[in-house]
Amino acid sequence: MPRIKRELYNKEICACSIFGAMNRDGERFNGAGVMKAIANMHVRGNGLGGGFAAYGIYPEYKDYYAFHLMFTGKTPEDMRSAKLVFDAFLCENFDVVFDEEIPHSDVKEVSDPPLIWRYFVLPRKQGEETLLSDEDFIVKMIMWVNTRIENAHVFSSGKNMGCFKGVGYPEDIGEYFMLDKLYSAYTWTVHGRFPTNTQAWWGGAHPFSLLDTTVVHNGEISSYGTNRWYLEMYGYACTLQTDTEVIAYAADLLMRRQSIPIEIVAKILAPPIWNSIDRMNEKEKKLLTTLRMVYGPLLMNGPFAIIIGQTGKMIGLTDRIRLRPITAATRGEMFYLSSEEASIRLISPELDSVWTPNGGEPVVGELNNMRTVL
Amino acid sequence: MKSFVFPEFQIIRDEEKCGQCRGCERQCSFGTHTYDPLTDRLISDDYKCAGCQRCVIFCPKDAIVIRPTQSFYRPNASWSREKIEDLKKQAETGGVILTGCGNDKPFRIYWDHIVLNASQVTNPSIDPLREPMELRTFLGAKPDLMDIEAKGGDVEIKTKISPNLMVETPILFSAMSYGAISYNAFRSLATAARQSGTFFNTGEGGLPKEMRQEFGKCAIVQVASGRFGIDAEYLNCASAVEIKVGQGAKPGIGGHLPGEKVSLEVAATRMIPVGTDAISPAPHHDIYSIEDLSMLITALKEATNYEKPISVKIAAVHNFAAIGSGIVRAGADIIAIDGLRGGTGAAPKAIRDNVGIPIELAISGLDRRLKNEGIRNRCSIIAAGGIRCSADVIKAIALGADAVYIGSAALIAMGCTLCQKCYTGKCNWGICTQDPRLSGRLNVDIASQRLSNLIHAWSHEISEMLGGMGINALESLRGNRDHLRGVGLHEWELEVLGIKGAGE
Repeated sequence: MPRIKRELYNKEICACSIFGAMNRDGERFNGAGVMKAIANMHVRGNGLGGGFAAYGIYPEYKDYYAFHLMFTGKTPEDMRSAKLVFDAFLCENFDVVFDEEIPHSDVKEVSDPPLIWRYFVLPRKQGEETLLSDEDFIVKMIMWVNTRIENAHVFSSGKNMGCFKGVGYPEDIGEYFMLDKLYSAYTWTVHGRFPTNTQAWWGGAHPFSLLDTTVVHNGEISSYGTNRWYLEMYGYACTLQTDTEVIAYAADLLMRRQSIPIEIVAKILAPPIWNSIDRMNEKEKKLLTTLRMVYGPLLMNGPFAIIIGQTGKMIGLTDRIRLRPITAATRGEMFYLSSEEASIRLISPELDSVWTPNGGEPVVGELNNMRTVL
Repeated sequence: MKSFVFPEFQIIRDEEKCGQCRGCERQCSFGTHTYDPLTDRLISDDYKCAGCQRCVIFCPKDAIVIRPTQSFYRPNASWSREKIEDLKKQAETGGVILTGCGNDKPFRIYWDHIVLNASQVTNPSIDPLREPMELRTFLGAKPDLMDIEAKGGDVEIKTKISPNLMVETPILFSAMSYGAISYNAFRSLATAARQSGTFFNTGEGGLPKEMRQEFGKCAIVQVASGRFGIDAEYLNCASAVEIKVGQGAKPGIGGHLPGEKVSLEVAATRMIPVGTDAISPAPHHDIYSIEDLSMLITALKEATNYEKPISVKIAAVHNFAAIGSGIVRAGADIIAIDGLRGGTGAAPKAIRDNVGIPIELAISGLDRRLKNEGIRNRCSIIAAGGIRCSADVIKAIALGADAVYIGSAALIAMGCTLCQKCYTGKCNWGICTQDPRLSGRLNVDIASQRLSNLIHAWSHEISEMLGGMGINALESLRGNRDHLRGVGLHEWELEVLGIKGAGE
């Protein structure tokens, strides 16, 4: 009997800058502003990763799932052969209405880009798969691709949204994908990365996403090993060698599969301390005790600030003892989240309100509805 | 018959210091020291000495030193002194060699080959003196996913949650029965458990009626193959019920409490006649298969109105992972797994020293198996057998245990010196005896304070180590093998433990 392969986790550590901008009226704007804002936090990254998530960019294909694929490899042949394998798989399981290489411009700061392609698809479920919802089916397929097809990575898979990411400073990545010219979105989230312990890899850049949920993250998750096994029990394969992935999968598990509202999800990812829970009224105490008891393995420990993007929503959250703060601000219909206030002021010098949310307290921006919760 | 075994220990008395107070004579239940009025000297018989060090510690003049004897057989790598003497004893008696405490053989102690992580730069370490550090742990089944309904600001959990034990620190007192240990020792464990927000385990000897009201809430009551002391009130006064299938010190065999230790009170608690041997059969005679276990689990749940988690305790043996998986599927809420170095009040030496596997490997293997089957949340794992310090506890948790049981460590806190003579019933420390003169030596207030201090000290050390790793809640370390590295282990051992080697 072969020995069980020893699990060699490869967790990446990174310190980073994050930024998010949302127009709550749903008016779309191009990526120039967020590129300028993230460039202002240039020194928080080291040029080894930058990425964007943009919501509302594919109105003409809004009913189709937009898959962004990264085909990596040492040579163009490797990339093309990975694409051939993937295309064959895709045609078997999906109806593809349109596909193309994602347009890019040559930027000297961006080196060794993989082949990046987008597909607009609808699932074609067969046999027992028809019992799955479209979304569960897609998650299953993505996990299959990311673990089984060498050199192919699905890094974006929602409707009417997309991620763009790579190795470089975020402003250079933005220029590479021409985000200031080709796309307009009502929500943009951005990430500039400072990985400290792995070689640069395009798939390792943020955002991490599953369906329409995207996560940009600043910090290190010291509970990664625990979060990972719990998510693996529910079919999430952690393949991207970074701890941020677990947040994206936890958000998918709790928010999509279980339809738990974000206020409660925040209490799972960054729960109040027992001292506070024990002083609450009976009802709240029971609720929070049960949440911690059942979802303890999903507690995200260690310092983090994250921006979760979803259709119609942008959420900011920090760890429960706020080791990585985040700044929130509003100006008219605009809602901003940023690692640093200066970046917000750079693109919107006048602000209606600016504040630093408490640890573990989510800030939620919704289309035409803005609220801070609990 | 003249015994050819020479004494294990050598007693050296400093006659200059000795004041002939006869304290040593009174302290030793084995009759080692006697007073000779003719010479006004105390005479010590090396043959009788158990090496428990009671007389050494209680000698007011510090006049006694007890050390391993200097006599030796011709050195022989194959025929060690222990092998020769055991053989001689058997030649002289024709009996099974009995012993107490845990396996003392030099099997690899994996705890000592595992090192912990700490935060540097990228992730701040957390100072437990200034920041909250949470060790609270829930033991029992957790649902797969919860059905949560949110209406307006009102949130309701629809899923029915199984009963769980809440402990303030992941350290529980392991099963030690009243009968095997003295009433005072038993009560000290109960008192300390209550003081420290944790649980003690009654073992298979029942729970004295007068203790039920006061200590039931911090008791895990055991149902073992002898079914001693079990009635409806016993099951219902406790917080959890544990079915004892096996014990790490003696997997595959039952227990034997000699009639000499069955006093009036022990007899009443065990519900057996005074002075009769209390013999626990090797298997439960109503559990010959996994489906039988499932029926007993259900019966106990019925008997306790589904209000208490049911634990199943097994010894760590070769096939533990599959057995553990079966136990979860049979409906157990907690699996207690007891390793090679687990202690006992009495066991055949051949069994204690040769049967079972180290707990470190078992924790990791069981945790992985349950995760691979997607049922890890359906039960908690309590690891037992060879936990010696707070670092062992935290390593056990990072390998996948939810909490640990401590037995030997608790006894040592009360005074035990691991002399391995528990089976004689003559424990000079008043722990493993029913002789009222001896058990009276153990003061419940002091012993329970020593136990509480131990739990407090370990919890504090766990907090320090946890904070160093940048973690402020114990649940974030559970099964988090990223924080462990192996030193000096073979590849197969690293594989079984599921950890990287140091430097990897």
